[in-house]
Amino acid sequence: MSAVETLRPASPSRARRAWTFVRRLPLTGQIGILILLFWAVTLLTVQFWPLVDPLMMAGRRLQPPSADHWLGTDALGRDVLSRTLHGSTYTIPVALMVVVSAVVIGSALGAAAGYLGGWTDAVIMRAADVTLSFPPILLAMTVAATLGPGLPNAGLAMVIVWWPIYARLMRAQVLEVRTREHVEAAIAGGAGRGRVLVVHILPLCWTPTLINATMDFGQVALLAASLSFIGLGAVPPSPEWGSMISEGAAKFYSWWIAFGPGMAILSVVLATAFLGDGLRDVLDRRGPK
Amino acid sequence: MLRYLIRRVLGVPFLLLGVASVAFILSQSTKGDPLSALVPERMMNNPEIVQAVEAQWGLDKPLPVRYVVYMKNLVQGDMGTSFNTRRPVARDIAERLPATLELVVAAMIVGTTLGMAIGLLSARFRHSIFDNAARGFALLGSSLPIFWSGLIMLYIFSVQLKWTPGTGRLDARTQAPEGVTGFYTVDALLAGNGGLFIEALSHLALPALVLGWSVIGIVARLVRSSLLDALGQDYVRTARAKGASDRVVLINHALRNALIPVLTVLGFTFAYLITGAVLTEAIFSWPGIGSYAVSAARSLDYPAIGGVTIVGATAFLLANLVTDIAYAWANPRIKVSG
Amino acid sequence: MSAAPLLEIRDLRAAFPGPHGPVEAVRGIDLMLDAGEVLGVVGESGSGKSVAMMALLQLLPPSAIVSGSARFKGRELVGMPRGEIRQILGQEIGCIFQDPLSAFNPVLTIGDQILEAIRLHDRKISTQDAKRRVLDLLASVSIPQPDRRVDQYPHEFSGGMRQRAMIAMALANNPSLLIADEPTTALDVTVQAQILDLLRQLAAERGIGMVLITHDLGVVAGMARDIAVMYGGRVVETGTADDIFYDTCHPYTRGLIAAMPRLEKITEKLVSIEGTPPSIFDRPAGCSFAPRCKLALPDCRATDPSLRPVHRTSVACLRAEEIVAGTQGAVRAEFEKGAL
Repeated sequence: MSAVETLRPASPSRARRAWTFVRRLPLTGQIGILILLFWAVTLLTVQFWPLVDPLMMAGRRLQPPSADHWLGTDALGRDVLSRTLHGSTYTIPVALMVVVSAVVIGSALGAAAGYLGGWTDAVIMRAADVTLSFPPILLAMTVAATLGPGLPNAGLAMVIVWWPIYARLMRAQVLEVRTREHVEAAIAGGAGRGRVLVVHILPLCWTPTLINATMDFGQVALLAASLSFIGLGAVPPSPEWGSMISEGAAKFYSWWIAFGPGMAILSVVLATAFLGDGLRDVLDRRGPK
Repeated sequence: MLRYLIRRVLGVPFLLLGVASVAFILSQSTKGDPLSALVPERMMNNPEIVQAVEAQWGLDKPLPVRYVVYMKNLVQGDMGTSFNTRRPVARDIAERLPATLELVVAAMIVGTTLGMAIGLLSARFRHSIFDNAARGFALLGSSLPIFWSGLIMLYIFSVQLKWTPGTGRLDARTQAPEGVTGFYTVDALLAGNGGLFIEALSHLALPALVLGWSVIGIVARLVRSSLLDALGQDYVRTARAKGASDRVVLINHALRNALIPVLTVLGFTFAYLITGAVLTEAIFSWPGIGSYAVSAARSLDYPAIGGVTIVGATAFLLANLVTDIAYAWANPRIKVSG
Repeated sequence: MSAAPLLEIRDLRAAFPGPHGPVEAVRGIDLMLDAGEVLGVVGESGSGKSVAMMALLQLLPPSAIVSGSARFKGRELVGMPRGEIRQILGQEIGCIFQDPLSAFNPVLTIGDQILEAIRLHDRKISTQDAKRRVLDLLASVSIPQPDRRVDQYPHEFSGGMRQRAMIAMALANNPSLLIADEPTTALDVTVQAQILDLLRQLAAERGIGMVLITHDLGVVAGMARDIAVMYGGRVVETGTADDIFYDTCHPYTRGLIAAMPRLEKITEKLVSIEGTPPSIFDRPAGCSFAPRCKLALPDCRATDPSLRPVHRTSVACLRAEEIVAGTQGAVRAEFEKGAL
């Protein structure tokens, strides 16, 4: 759990601990952090960068990469580089919100199921089983279509797809930690059920969730882009990566339209896979899965 | 284990009921009006159609009755009428399912054979340059957005290099082979039509490679680790003590044991492939249920999306069940012990 | 050729790469076995006895460094190319391992695994002949109903039956040398006796030479002609079985004998040697037994004694002569206390 704290730099000593933690990661994990940092900085500051407006039809249409337009222009003459960089403000926050919501909802339900047992457990876990019976993209498509197109709805659909994973994870952890001696001692000492769960059990359950959430972040970003590609996520003219690739698919011979956003998605997915692997190496001392 | 399997088999109908119930709930919540999930907007002002649909799906009745009617229709294979094709969704899906299965099976063959080969070589030459390169290749496969890598591959191999034909299952003017399986490659072979087989195969190759690449990593990683685990076991030493060569040890002893855990991921792989197939089909204009679902989603053709989702979930559940049974069958230790 | 011993080991060493350079698990041992005889190699776990045998059969992980000499029927095994030693393993040398459950492949039937042993060395044999041989082998180790047992998996066998099957597999090609690594350790006491009887009978019938590795002197008693006691990667005492049991000089061997449960001493409590064997990563200077030895002198911690003939056995102990005499100083005091 100390790792969770070190990831939250608040005081100078924490910053130093974060730095030592980063240095313990394997090289690939450090590269992952660098890539994610790049996108974090980009999405926060891109509006101040000296870029062409991503929505402005500034140049000539379907121009291949050149000195003026490093990644060329799309079918409407918009600058692909500018659109790719601005795309980070769509996909990444959505993926982040989906993962955080899925972790919070899934973990709460999983902890309740594992700790309370009985009917609560049965109902929650059967719901999780049914949800996991769907191929993820099909369930996300159906829910997103039912709710109507738009990035927020796609996000909601993805939370519905993803919560059971964290519910199962947290339930297994709670069941395991619950039998440890310090928990039994706390119960014997007369601590209330809520207090035992919050103070004695949950703090020990976060490591697997953290690792999984890191690895899932890229997959969620991928699914978000997929939904946009299908037309159920971001709506045009937003420069969302998935819908940009969809536009590129329509203008198939101008490969550069899809190249930038594709590389962007790939970099995010790879970065989280690297970082997740690294976190598992450092935090999970029980060895490889 | 036997008890577990029985419970697994008995659990499938309940999960299917759950899946259908979720589909029902979603159909009832479309735009706040279940009718809009069954009748296209442009036909809403046609009272005849609206009345017929309301009667068929019991929309004037209370919710529990509608649920029963929905289930009854579903069991009879009625998933409504597609807004796009104006044909029963079940018929559309039945026609397109073989194309998807052919693609998924081909991708599974690509993914598992390449994954096993890479895993095997990685274990044999672990920590070598090959090992690292192979892991990078596998990781790339599972990280690439398939709707983008498909596009890029199509551009490189079809447009630039002209190694593979364009999109679709056959060239534009070719007549599809008559056949029972619906797999064009198999049907062409059964008909003894070599040229048609080559054509179907060359169309299948690229999408199957792109899709299969996405699961190589899952298989390779597992084969590598379980093989390394098996090679450290006592029975491998026994085999060496019998005078077995490295090759015999690897194939007769280590691989057999290492493949058991690999069986368990095949179901997971299948799920991954169904998800990937939806997008791959869209890129390669592959006339399966994936591209059907995508065009249905784009035009909010609710009955079609719902139908594909139910069929996809059923396939997914069955695949996982088959995996579990195969696992029990391959592992003699499990067969008898209760 | 007839005069040459079946197996002759000279200065055999085996080391594994460690974090600070190679670590020696076997530190130069000499052993000899004549055809048809039984050699007992005795020592606690970690004494290097199994590693030594696996080293000469090239069954250690490839990272292990093996040096010295091990001649089998005059042929040098150390450094022999893998393709060549494969012809010997399973054909002329059979192996029996400690835990027959993990030593059998769980996903193959017992019959298939014995069949493989036959086929690896006789490629031309017909399936029918090979199968008949498997049944004969199972019958020869007294497995009841061999025709039914042959198609069963290892987990369907009891421990004793599994070890019988393992012996059948080791004997599949009529080897002249059998290496049995703790063949009875994983078994119940009553079954142990049966397996030992079987081994003794088969070895005698077929004239097989056997190296019997065990931590239990009781196992080699009545079976082995010669015994070598190993400690800390070395042979610390060697001699004929009788001499080892009745005229031992080494404090460690004496400890082992004292630790044997005996009928005539049934009322006494069992003695065990205090302390644990040294880890190969952290070997003491001097005699490796010194830290646990009640007779250790400062000299013992400085010099590592080599094997030399004392009384009736060969011993690696600085105070061997004193122990034989049993009369001087500390040795006498210890004798009087009944510690030795």
